[in-house]
This record gives sequence, C-alpha cells and structure tokens, in this order.
Amino acid sequence: MFEETDRKLCIICSKGTLDMAYPGLVLANAALMEGLEVTMFFTFWGLDIINKKKMNDLKFVPVGNPAMGIPQAVGGLPGMTNIATKMMKKEIAALDFPEIEEFLDIIVDSGGKLYACKMSVDMFEDMNMLAKDDLYDGIEGVVGATDFIEMSEGAQIIFI
Amino acid sequence: MTTVRTIAGKEIEFGDDGYMLNPDDWNQDVAAALAKEIGIDPLTDRHWDVINFCRKDYEEQGDAPTLRRISKVGGVPTKELYKLFPKGPAKKVAYVSGLKKPSGCI
Repeated sequence: MFEETDRKLCIICSKGTLDMAYPGLVLANAALMEGLEVTMFFTFWGLDIINKKKMNDLKFVPVGNPAMGIPQAVGGLPGMTNIATKMMKKEIAALDFPEIEEFLDIIVDSGGKLYACKMSVDMFEDMNMLAKDDLYDGIEGVVGATDFIEMSEGAQIIFI
Repeated sequence: MTTVRTIAGKEIEFGDDGYMLNPDDWNQDVAAALAKEIGIDPLTDRHWDVINFCRKDYEEQGDAPTLRRISKVGGVPTKELYKLFPKGPAKKVAYVSGLKKPSGCI
C-alpha cells in the first residue's frame, strides 16, 4: 500500500469557466498527494486558468449549461452570469476551497508541472488577448502538441 | 478484514486499508517504527512537528488534517511536506501518525 508508485497522470485543461477549472486542479493535487507524477497542459480557454489577468475572475455561466436546471432564456438574461459566479465563489469560500492562484501554487509546490499550449498562446497573442508575461510564473514553459505527446508517454491522460 | 501486527513491541490492529484501526494504540515508538517501515528514518524534529500537529488536530477536529491544513494551520509549507514525506505525503503522514487518510479532497 505504501510502495511508491511510478504512475504518471497528464491532465489537459481546455475550459476557462470557474466550474470547469476546479476538476483539473483537484485531480492534479489528489494525484500528487498519492505520489503520482503530474503534468498539466492548459490549452485554449484553459489558458485563462493560468492567465494572471483572468484567473481571479473566471466566470460560472448558467446559459448553455442545462445541468443547472435554470431555463435557458432566464440563464441568458443580463446579470445572471454575475449572480451565478458570485454564488459559486461564495460556496468556494464557505467550504474553504483554495482560489485558483493558491491552488496552482499548491500544485507547483507539490511537484506538479504546468505547461501552456503553444498553439493557443500564439493565437491569443496574435489577437492581442494575451501577452506571455500574463502567464502564471509557476509554469514550466509553453510547448507544442507533439511535445505534450512525448511527455505524456506512459501516462494516464484526462481531458477536461 | 483486520490484521494484527507487532509494532514497537505492541500488538496493533490494522484495517484492510492498511491504516491503524485505533488511533489510541499509537505512541511515539510506534510512529518511529512505522516511519522506518516506509523508508523514513530517523524522524527529525520537523517530522515530529507534522506528526504532533496531526495528532493534536485529530483530537480537536475528529479527522486527520489535509496537507493544506497542515501547511496553513500547522505551519509546514507544502514544499517542505513533500520533502519530509516524499511521494504520497497524505498517506505517509496519516500512516505514521496512526490516523486514517484525511477525508477532504484538498
């Protein structure tokens, strides 16, 4: 039970909403606590999780999210995203879950390696939506898809 | 199914999850023996800071503290926890402290 494991886990984070940022972070941290080697790859909207300008302001969006049980027409009304986001942030604080930046710090301190997807970074930079300096300081680097495929050899991969 | 093992001269019951069944069976010699078993030998003062915090927190909260609680409340930073109890600190700390794995996810 306490034999050290050589399991590797790679988590691809492709979403940038508040509710979809947490699953990847929770799984990464849990795997690290269990002794796995963990890599996280942030692509497309997942870049918002590691964007210093966005990470503290991720939104929880009810529209297009039928699982919430709110009629779509209501979910799309002005102000609904802010209300839903405020509610989720309140819950996160009440249950003492870490906010995104603290969570990333914990993962990096625990040995997790974070990478940004080159293709997404290039695209967002080109559209002036991101500067390389905006990326969280704890990332290992910006790498391409083939680099990710190489570094995930032998790993279990989760796509979020 | 439980197993009984002799640790530091004491007969101690372990659950099939591998952890001690009864936290009251624990003492410092047991901790040292369990730590040695999983490759941590000797236990330094800093290891004891972690273990003692976990025991105290368990008495007060009724649950083993998560790594985050050990770092935020116990004052042992995450990086250091992973150095003291490498690869799988949550399990190792609980085991050596005679507690169950913490139930929190973070």
